[in-house]
Amino acid sequence: MRNLLIFISKYNAFFLFLIFEISALIIYVKYNSFQRATYLNTTNQVSGKMYARVNELNSYLSLKDVNDSLAAENARLHSQLQSSYYADTAATHTITDSVYKQQYTYTEAKVIDNTINKRNNYITILKGSKDGIKKGMGVICNTGVVGKVVYTEEHLSLVQSLLHKDAKVSAMLADTKDIGSLVWGTDMNPHVGLLMDIPNHVKPRIGQWVVTSTYSSLYPAGIHLGKVSNLHAKGGGFFLNMEVNFSVDFAKLQYVYVVNNKLYLERESLDAQKKPDE
Amino acid sequence: MSRVIIINLIRFIVLVLFQVFLLKNFSLYNLSVPYLYILFILLLPFETPNLLLFLLSFLLGLTIDMFYNTPGLHAASCVVLALVRVLFISVTVQKDGFDNEPEPTLGNMGFRWFFTYSALLIIIHHFFLFNLEVFRLDEMQYTLVRFISSAAFTLFLILISSFLFYRRKER
Repeated sequence: MRNLLIFISKYNAFFLFLIFEISALIIYVKYNSFQRATYLNTTNQVSGKMYARVNELNSYLSLKDVNDSLAAENARLHSQLQSSYYADTAATHTITDSVYKQQYTYTEAKVIDNTINKRNNYITILKGSKDGIKKGMGVICNTGVVGKVVYTEEHLSLVQSLLHKDAKVSAMLADTKDIGSLVWGTDMNPHVGLLMDIPNHVKPRIGQWVVTSTYSSLYPAGIHLGKVSNLHAKGGGFFLNMEVNFSVDFAKLQYVYVVNNKLYLERESLDAQKKPDE
Repeated sequence: MSRVIIINLIRFIVLVLFQVFLLKNFSLYNLSVPYLYILFILLLPFETPNLLLFLLSFLLGLTIDMFYNTPGLHAASCVVLALVRVLFISVTVQKDGFDNEPEPTLGNMGFRWFFTYSALLIIIHHFFLFNLEVFRLDEMQYTLVRFISSAAFTLFLILISSFLFYRRKER
């Protein structure tokens, strides 16, 4: 016993190393999947508040870009208003259209922290469970898809960006409607994604738009993802893989919209039914 | 003694703030990312007890993790760094013969020793950090390029900041 104690105290550095290394690795393996998120992220009190404070300063520097993009979006929305269309038939009667019910609602949120240069990138936004944000909601901005919510606190939420190892969006080619899935490429370029599993008979063109598909439960169909930029990406086998230039500039995100799909719960319970049947 | 504690406390806070608010936004060609905060562990005094050294490394890593959304990743790499530091110092430095608790700075130890010391420690820390972050062998090539360019960037920043606060040994 005494010899053991002497041995341990002689090589104390190694034993201390073992203790701390194992506890760090336990934290890493246990919480990094965000299935069970902890307080150890940017939505917590200390780091969240500090990021919000610093972001207040930084946002002055990009006011011009934000204004331009908001003005552009306003113009686009104005052009979709009822008042900017004219009727080319003389209306004789009006009907209340009850066919359409709202499926998606949007909550705008400010980005207070964002990275693009790591293998797995996260975005912190200044809206939380108090504002109706829930885990699993999609996030878009005025130029395209941004990611999905993975963790919420009362006032802040954590968004898994498209620039993430596990991010996968159901996508389609805008004009031919061929379904594939979009992931981030392995070469860590924040402007380029990889569109996979397009059937082999399709003949895509460079510059063709890639948008979210009708199968996606997070995003409305037809939200921009990017343009096809290279048809000869490696891999794929029986399917076509191609490179896509993201339409969103992730380095300049300032405001995003969180998408609330009112049919999300029904969709989830349907998907849950699928598993016991298989 | 209390002066040493205050200096290290200030260094901890300044390096963490510098890392998470400024260097986090840095990247050269999306490959090279500097992690200057490990300078805190490099510059702890020689006489730091091992328990305190490992505890501080662990806490520093967790603090950085809190801002980087990577629970445990930086903590694990910093603990590895602390072990390498203990081994390197026990091999190259004679323990006795120091008065008033010197630190392994550039001015105290000379350029050649400090360069080897920081280069070795940075390389091991970054290698561990990048491979643990990716955790896939099939992306090894990109990970290696990122790791080497980031290590060079960090070494450059550490040498620059050491020359900036350069003070020759007063013996």
